[in-house]
Order: sequence, then structure tokens, then C-alpha cells
Amino acid sequence: MAEELKLFRTWSSPFALRVVHALKIKGLEYETIFEDLSTKSASLLQYNPVNKKVPVLVHNGKPICESLVILEYIDETWKQCPLLPRDPYDKAEARFWAKFGDEKIFSSIWKVLITQGKQQEEAIVEAVQNLKLIEEQLKDKKFFGGETIGYLDIAFGWTVNLIGILEEIIDQKLVDEEKLPLLSAWMQNFSDDPVIKDCWPPRDKMIVKFQVMREPYLKNLVSQ
Amino acid sequence: MASEDVKLLGGWPSPYVMRPRIALNIKSVNYEFLEEKFGSKSDLLLKSNPVYKKIPVLIHGEKPICESLIIVEYVDEVWNSGHTILPSDPYDRAVARFWATYIDDKWFPGIRAISRADGEEAKKKAVEEVIAGLVLLEDAFIKCSKGKSFFGGDKIGYLDIALGCFLGWLRVTEKLGNFALLDESKTPNLFKWAEKFSSDDAVKDIMPQTDKLMEFAKVLMAKSKAS
Repeated sequence: MAEELKLFRTWSSPFALRVVHALKIKGLEYETIFEDLSTKSASLLQYNPVNKKVPVLVHNGKPICESLVILEYIDETWKQCPLLPRDPYDKAEARFWAKFGDEKIFSSIWKVLITQGKQQEEAIVEAVQNLKLIEEQLKDKKFFGGETIGYLDIAFGWTVNLIGILEEIIDQKLVDEEKLPLLSAWMQNFSDDPVIKDCWPPRDKMIVKFQVMREPYLKNLVSQ
Repeated sequence: MASEDVKLLGGWPSPYVMRPRIALNIKSVNYEFLEEKFGSKSDLLLKSNPVYKKIPVLIHGEKPICESLIIVEYVDEVWNSGHTILPSDPYDRAVARFWATYIDDKWFPGIRAISRADGEEAKKKAVEEVIAGLVLLEDAFIKCSKGKSFFGGDKIGYLDIALGCFLGWLRVTEKLGNFALLDESKTPNLFKWAEKFSSDDAVKDIMPQTDKLMEFAKVLMAKSKAS
């Protein structure tokens, strides 16, 4: 039976990028439906009525929601190029750090973007501390997955894109080669990987988007 | 699998700690339950979970595993003979994991919001949101259970554990506020399920008694008012 795969995404969503990367690594063909979240399509609302968010993967008519849940589904359904480690303990570790990334890294990077002055300096310290924790998981490997890109690389992959954009907007280095040498090297390896490098959203558009998102927060700080 | 050194760091009132305990009971794994003293964190906890410093932590051999649902999946994968906790079909697994994420990220915080709500209007709204969430979960139950007793089918599964662990605190919230959250008329299947879950062999000895939990809740509330 011919597989029918659809991915509902936005052009910039970092969570949708995870699914894009996973599908590419597995060598899967799929249809992309770009959503405008200000006017969500009837299909999106039908496939994700609970959260009404992207990404949603639809496989033969059945929707799967939540990016990390989608990654596990992809890995369990298509066995080539395994993403998660085989060993249950290594798997548990990978899942733990992916969750940590979502809970701590995202919010700490966001804080850096929307603050200024002393508040921003403190936010940078916190973000770097969190990034150091995930750097420790690399140990001496090229990727979190070992020699090849795996689940945790994909889970963290959005940081490679967003951190670069953020650094340009605030005109400061967040991932310093001296302070975070292993993470810095990983970011380069991940970016350069032939599977990954053509998937990034347009950089100029991303910079404009995040500058616009930042403005009301900075205005609020100034008026306080 | 040869029985190995299995320890669980936890506390009796914590719904999150209940999750791995149920999983270990389902698998008939012998483990040592190390009860953390309320209000302080042991050296072993700080060493085993330096990132979050929270319970539960499963220590298998010398290796710590943190985060309740991650521990449940680990237990299911390591002790993999007999009854499986996660469904075997990848799509059913994805559905179970989706709802577990919803329960942790949206639904249970809604229960907490009830006790924190300021004023009658806010409380009413918070209660309505929790009930609306239960209506969604009722629908999920109908789809997942396929006419059987549990989300997992004939036996307790991952999603039963993910939701069922909160029944104690749900009942406490109902009693303290004098309203019904799990309503037989609105969510008849979940109402029935709650009874079956609570009396299951893997659950009944570790589900905290509502009265005991209510006393604990009152101590917590008094402490937070004092600080």
C-alpha cells in the first residue's frame, strides 16, 4: 500500500524542523502543508483539535501530534537509520535531555532575547549554564547520537539555528568557542551535515521575525 | 531477568512517584522504596538527580533514571516479559504519549490552578477547565479502551498510570472545594474507570487514602501561607 505522509508546519517553527530532519534522515517522501497560525486551516483543527498547533504528522490519515512524540513514532515505524539508542538506559537518558531542552533551554534563550542590560546579562549566564549541562552529554562524541545524528541531535537541532539568529540580533556570542568548545563543534557538525544543511528556514526572514517579536518586550522594559 | 539492585527514591503523597511504583508492581519487580523526608532532600537524591533535585528517581544497579514517565518506559523496556505497559502498535503508543503529555502539561496544572484561584469567579473558571479536560480524556478513553476496562485494554497501561496517579489529589480537591470534578453524568466511563484503577492489585496498596492526603494538603497550605 502506498504510504501517505503529510506534515503540517509553519515556515519557522523549530518544533516542525525536528520532524523535517527526522523524515529526511529516514529518506521518507511526504507532502508539506504550510500553515498560517493566525488563520488555522480546517484540516489542522481537525487533526489537532486539542492543542491546535504544529507540527502534525498525518500518516495514512492518522494524525500524530507533539514533536517529540512524532520523532518516536517515526523511529518505531520506519526502522532504517535508527534515531533512538537501543539500550534502555541510553534511551532514558536521551529522553530526559530532550525534555530538559524543551523545558529549560528554550525558555532561557527566550529570556536573553527579550531582556536588556543587567537582566540580559543574568539571562545569558543562566542560558550558558543550561547549555553547559547539555554539552556535558556530548562527552567525546561527534554527535549526541554517536557517529551519526540521532534523536537528541534532532531534539536540540533548533538551538543551532535559533542561537545563531539570536546572536546576530543581540550582537553578542552565546555559544562561545572558549566557554562551550564541544557544543560549538557540535553546532558546526550538525549544520554542515548534508541531510540538515538545506532544511533551515530563510535566515533574513528569521532575523526580522524575531526582531519584531522582541520589540514589545523591550518597549515594556523602557517604559518601566 | 535476574533481579538486580532496584531502588526508588520517592514520597507517599507524590502522584509522580506513584507512576514508577505501579509500573514496578505490574512487572513484579522487587525494589527498595527509599522515602524522602518531606521538606528536605537526601544526599542520594541530590547526587542522583542533580539537574532537577526531584523525586521520583529510579536507581537500577548504580544508574539513576529521572522523570516519572521516562522511568515507566524504562521499566517497560527492561522487564519486557509478560504484560507490556505501552501498547505494541506505534500509532497507539503515539496516542498514549500524546495524552500523557497533555495530562502533565495542561490538565494537572489545571487542578493546581483551582487551589490557587483568587475569588469565586476564578475558582469557577478553573473548575470548568479541569472538567472540560476530563471530557476530552473521556473521549480518549472510549477510543483507546475499545470497550475494555482500561485505557490499556484489559489491563492497566501507560495512559492509565499517567492519569490514574492523580486520582488521590483530584479527590482531595473535590472534598476541599465541595464540588465534583469527576462527574458520573459528564464522564461516565472515566468515573467507572477510576474505581477499577484504584482497586487494581498494582495500585490499591500505594494509592494514598484521601483523608491522609487531605491532612497532608492542609499542612502544605498552612506552610505556604506562613512563608
